[in-house]
Amino acid sequence: MSFTVTASFEAEIDELISHYPVNKRSASLMLLHATQEEFGYISKEAIEWIAKKLELQPINVYELVTFYPMFRQEPAGKYVLKVCRTLSCALGGSHKLHDHLCTKFGMDPHKHGLQTSKDGKFSVEFVECLASCGTAPVMMCNDDFYEGVSNDKAEEILKKCS
Amino acid sequence: MPQEFKLILKNADSPGYTPDIECYLRHGGYEELKKALALQVKELAEGKKQTPQEQIRDEVLKSGLRGRGGAGFSAGLKWSFVDRRSGKPIYLICNADESEPGTFKDRQILHKDPHQLIEGMVISCFANDVKLAYIYIRGEFPQGARILNQALKEAREKGFLGKNILGTGVECEIYVHRGAGAYICGEETGLIESLEGKRAYPRIKPPYFPAVLGLYMCPTIVNNVETLCNVKHIMNMGAVEYSKLGTPNNTGTRIVSLSGLVKKPGYYEVEVGKVTIGELIFDPQFGNGLRDGRKLKAIIPGGSSSKILKAGEKYKLKKKGADGQMVTVDTDLLDLPYDFDSLMQAGTMSGSGAIIVMDDSVDIVEALANLSEFYAHESCGQCTPCREGSLWMSKALHRMTHGHGRKQDADYLLNIAQNIQGRTICAFGEACAWPVLSFVKKFKEDFEAKGAADEAKNGGAGPSKDMKIAASPNH
Repeated sequence: MSFTVTASFEAEIDELISHYPVNKRSASLMLLHATQEEFGYISKEAIEWIAKKLELQPINVYELVTFYPMFRQEPAGKYVLKVCRTLSCALGGSHKLHDHLCTKFGMDPHKHGLQTSKDGKFSVEFVECLASCGTAPVMMCNDDFYEGVSNDKAEEILKKCS
Repeated sequence: MPQEFKLILKNADSPGYTPDIECYLRHGGYEELKKALALQVKELAEGKKQTPQEQIRDEVLKSGLRGRGGAGFSAGLKWSFVDRRSGKPIYLICNADESEPGTFKDRQILHKDPHQLIEGMVISCFANDVKLAYIYIRGEFPQGARILNQALKEAREKGFLGKNILGTGVECEIYVHRGAGAYICGEETGLIESLEGKRAYPRIKPPYFPAVLGLYMCPTIVNNVETLCNVKHIMNMGAVEYSKLGTPNNTGTRIVSLSGLVKKPGYYEVEVGKVTIGELIFDPQFGNGLRDGRKLKAIIPGGSSSKILKAGEKYKLKKKGADGQMVTVDTDLLDLPYDFDSLMQAGTMSGSGAIIVMDDSVDIVEALANLSEFYAHESCGQCTPCREGSLWMSKALHRMTHGHGRKQDADYLLNIAQNIQGRTICAFGEACAWPVLSFVKKFKEDFEAKGAADEAKNGGAGPSKDMKIAASPNH
């Protein structure tokens, strides 16, 4: 995929950089978020572009992509389902939910990391605490957040993904 | 009769309340900011004078407000450490990286009442001569970030933020900065590194105390969301009235996050120390008890990093007796007042105010394996004892929960944990060691029995020949 930046995207990036008047390196994480939202993942070209924009070496940006769990270097499915794995959700049935989703999409529930369905529509990932332990188990579908996700409720959520 | 006391969440949870500025203004919003900006220089005895900024800082100190993020340190004292003579700008950062497992209180404020936080922040910025502040919100709150950005835009338009706030000439700007899924960013120096656009490797203290060498090597205040909201209420009530809430040295309210195996999990705002752990778990207006037929096994009292408390344990609490003398009272777990000091006396901490309840259906080894996997995943990797140790503990527990335990695993885990705590740059070392130390010490028979059973089944110590477990857990 070639890395072509639209004028509106570049304007968004410049606005973000303006939030850090002391040192624009601070904008790195926000630029990575914006890039991932725009392109679906962080490519090598994107890293080089961000580095140039912030007057950094590409390694300064690359080391963030490999450190922060939310950034990915490969495309994911159209809908990324993040199921909380940590204790309160585990007590509330998150493994059952994760198993259900993995089985449904032909994935291995014991494999670690993000997995994507063959048709590229869904990705499933176990993530650490999503800070809603009182309504376990919880799940995110892209930016949308869902509480008390039984297998039935998960099916309802998936129906809305077209 | 224990009850909820809604100070911070008073508006957030009232029916029809929305996060926009018009709704906030209808509920008396930004009045405390106006009050703060209108303060005059106060004449003290002996010709001394106190600036409006000093007056607010003094009130916050006298209110007894303690940090709601985890350490429970006096907010006023933290502010007093700020180096105001360096001539460098002072920064304020709101820590909205809520990621301590069990905790979900800041989520409520950020999503439902963002202007309360912004007002608390602008007052705090004014009090500390801060002109530029950031809200560091965890990456997994994209909606929260959008709500905050919208709220900041509204506040700017109404003149509560910017170069000339309400025509007073006071300057303050706030921006939202999103994290990206790393727990270590909740540690304040890790957070600062992350805000500088780097990996969130915590800084060594000394010399890098944020109050002196924080963001961009300038004096910096890092406060939790709930702490900053309290500043607004201290401004409203005054330190004297505020400190009547709660109990001495444990003033104000706390939003307790209650999760795990209770009938009614949720967040409950209570006066600090006026409600016991037993009431939080069993009272119908709080947790409403355990599931039918279950018995309490243990609780994690202050976020997953705090040491576990076992049902039936008794703690020696120092209390003031009727004659004013300090006496030691044997107190059952369920009778522990939920406050900073009582939990410290019980050998643990109230941390982020998050209680995780476990009943007798919970396999304690499984529970610890879950938490250890979290810490192995979240160690930033800077210090060897933590990077390696957290992974070793997680691997051993993974093995134990997959049928390949050994009798000596309990001691093995204790040994690793003891060699992490105190040997790392930041408190993550303790955070990953304490659950292991407390779980294994208090439930040693469970760990040893599991190991012994596996050994008997597998014909001796050591992994069986057909062991097919992936070497590494979630990495």
